[in-house]
Amino acid sequence: MIAFAIKRLVQALGVILVVALISFVMFRFVGDPVNQLVGVDTSPEERAALREALGLNDPVLLQFGRFVLKAAQFDFGISYQFKQPVASLIASRLPATLELSLVSALFALAVGVPMGVYTGLYRNTWLARGFLAVSLIGVSLPTFLIGILLIFVVSVNLGWLPSFGRGQTVDLGGVWTTGLLTKSGLQSLILPSITLGLFQMTLIMRLVRGEMLEVLRTDYIKFARARGLSRRAINFGHALKNTLVPVITITGLQVGSIIAFAIITETVFQWPGMGLLFLQAVQNVDIPIMAAYLLLIAFLFVLINFIVDLLYVAVDPRIRLGGTAG
Amino acid sequence: MPQTLSRYFATSLRWAGLAFVAACLSLAAAQQASAKTLRYAFQGTLNALDPYSLNETFTLGMLGNVFEGLTKRDKDLTIIPGLAESWETVDPLTWRFHLRQGVKFANGNDFTADDVIFSAERVLAEGSDLKTRIPADSEWVKIDDHTVEVKLKTPNPILHYEWDTWYIMDKEWAEAEGAVGPISARDTNPGPAAFKANGTGPFVIESHEPGIKTVFKPNSNWWGAPEHNLTEVVFTPIAADGTRVAALLAGDVDLIDPVPVQDIPRVNDNADTEALVGPELRVIHLGFNQIRDELPTSNVKGKNPFRDPNVRKAVYQAIDIEAIKDRIMRGLATPVPLLIANDLYANADEFERWPYDPDAAKALLAEAGYPDGFTVGMDCPNDRYVNDEAICQAVVSMLARIGVTVNLNAQPKAQYFAKVLAPGGYDTDFYLLGWTPSSFDSWNILTNLAGCRDETGAGGPFNLGGYCNEKVDALAEQIVVEIDEAKRDALIKEAYTIMTGETSHIPLHQQSLVWGKRKNVDIVQRPDNQVLFYWATVN
Repeated sequence: MIAFAIKRLVQALGVILVVALISFVMFRFVGDPVNQLVGVDTSPEERAALREALGLNDPVLLQFGRFVLKAAQFDFGISYQFKQPVASLIASRLPATLELSLVSALFALAVGVPMGVYTGLYRNTWLARGFLAVSLIGVSLPTFLIGILLIFVVSVNLGWLPSFGRGQTVDLGGVWTTGLLTKSGLQSLILPSITLGLFQMTLIMRLVRGEMLEVLRTDYIKFARARGLSRRAINFGHALKNTLVPVITITGLQVGSIIAFAIITETVFQWPGMGLLFLQAVQNVDIPIMAAYLLLIAFLFVLINFIVDLLYVAVDPRIRLGGTAG
Repeated sequence: MPQTLSRYFATSLRWAGLAFVAACLSLAAAQQASAKTLRYAFQGTLNALDPYSLNETFTLGMLGNVFEGLTKRDKDLTIIPGLAESWETVDPLTWRFHLRQGVKFANGNDFTADDVIFSAERVLAEGSDLKTRIPADSEWVKIDDHTVEVKLKTPNPILHYEWDTWYIMDKEWAEAEGAVGPISARDTNPGPAAFKANGTGPFVIESHEPGIKTVFKPNSNWWGAPEHNLTEVVFTPIAADGTRVAALLAGDVDLIDPVPVQDIPRVNDNADTEALVGPELRVIHLGFNQIRDELPTSNVKGKNPFRDPNVRKAVYQAIDIEAIKDRIMRGLATPVPLLIANDLYANADEFERWPYDPDAAKALLAEAGYPDGFTVGMDCPNDRYVNDEAICQAVVSMLARIGVTVNLNAQPKAQYFAKVLAPGGYDTDFYLLGWTPSSFDSWNILTNLAGCRDETGAGGPFNLGGYCNEKVDALAEQIVVEIDEAKRDALIKEAYTIMTGETSHIPLHQQSLVWGKRKNVDIVQRPDNQVLFYWATVN
């Protein structure tokens, strides 16, 4: 088990280094940060001096090495545009992204599971067909379009909810700002979390429906029916419980992608999270922010996969055997 | 009993829906905009608050609500007294400024001659992006607490033209905050002073979260009589065009800049909002590479077709500026004959554009030895100016009609500027660029866009194509020191006449400023695109 974990850890480190290198090389093609940092009247000599001072004239590998060495000590440099340490910038934007991701995951579960159960149990009712049709829209419409549609219907035409931003936030001890404790904060959360959670909701609904259909055909359900258990007990006590195992796995895995793909939702709603920070950084060629963000996301995915791997091994010894033998 | 369960589900879903709607309604009813708050959204962010860090219109405009210069610019851009009540030239090399008395900084400190001299040293210091505001070799002398003299090495009639955005800082405050030196682009740890501001202006910054939100409050210590009625200004950057427009339509903000051209009807059709439109000083132009012996993107080998003035004129005459104005800019453009906006040069009306005439263009090309045209590559930004890429595409199709095949390379501004301003030789053969002279004066154009430059880039820094005429350069040297206004205008005219005669560039148009506002907001839209809250009222 420990050998397996160490082997996995080394692999994970390799993955993160490769992601870092690829993103670092990519930044060469984003543009020249110097032109975003100075006004038009700045002379070419001063631009050249600035380029030199920022270390942009050094070979890519040297810049990369410097970056990795510093990153290993959690120093991601200073943002070109904001003149603040990148680590603290990302830390200050993290609560917004995590709250949004969490609420949209909860929304996806709270709506997706009941809809999945219903469509599984009553396949032929008009409501179930309606749900399935809606879920098709959920998977096929791009996120930004859903966001813009929601803004135009709910905010502009109906005037019910704010169209952008995070509303009033409360500072919890200087390390976490939350929008969950104020009315405007909660209002602001509704549309972006629906936008971000819609795809996951559809996914969960379809997953639950499929599992439900599968489970209902199994023998133990037939036995349960034969024993004369109530329908509610069979559907919720036996069937649903067994359905939820893969749903939990998928939901756990999806949390990573929700955080990563929050970029689009955050941009559409001007949500002040990490995704928006990243996109602003791309527009302004703010390389330290871009590098740190990509590294963070890579780390997140690797971490989740690592935990999932360990869990599998814990659950199924056959995997462990295969792992050590290979 | 499937019916029971389905009813159970349907009922609970219905309840959930009702609860959602009810929650939305009650929350919406509770939402009340406070009366005199101006909520403003711009496409870009406001970063560090040091007024010498970035020489850019938006940053300086925002900081202009908090800081003041020795001079100010009025609603029509004329220079008016600011922190200096008056000034005179004692002799051509000596200017004397009489400072306003009784002015206090927001923190209560007095404004004196020491602050002006400190600000002069600071703006010239290493790391400042506004060094061009003051001649580097000028000498600043304190006569008394409210009089300052500037001694120059050469006469300079436009010394104070850019001083409205050279903001005076508080010496005592800067020393106490550790902000004596300007916070520069290369600073690794500028400290907290980057996010504080202490000016003499009508507003103070109450809180500043870069990239998220900035809150302004009126400055109770301000010396002037407020023309606004605001109690608060909340600035939020909203980068996505659709979101910014939606925020205005939904009533979540009161003022947005800019409104995309295609959204203007929607803003005007809404009962509570309207678009505020006016010409911007920026002139969009096309430029030719005239410094290379051979254009790498062209099929003409061994020579550079753009060195022939006839070819340049042919390209000029092949462009139907009215079609670009009507179809691409939807009327929101003012075609111009010069590289400077018509409002900024007194004799601009004596110039005319070369007429649109494809037949003449073909004849000129044939005369230059290209009866079948040629191929060339064009660089164009796609997120910098209004409809920049669309303009380039129109130019491509117009030039195709005279046989010139243009391969368009449209890219985001970060990449575009990296290419065309590449150090050690600007890498472009044919390009689109926009320019506003920061001094609002022709000399800026003649040196920045038309000044000869050598291989290393010394010379006109935004003369991307390397146009060079020694006579124009000589005129520019006379213009910078000529004090007599009539003589100076005549020299400028001579320079523009030469440039127009040999089609140095192709001036296209002034693009329009489009702000969106709620109808209860009144604000002055200056053609330099500075958003100045001190002229805004909310009714």
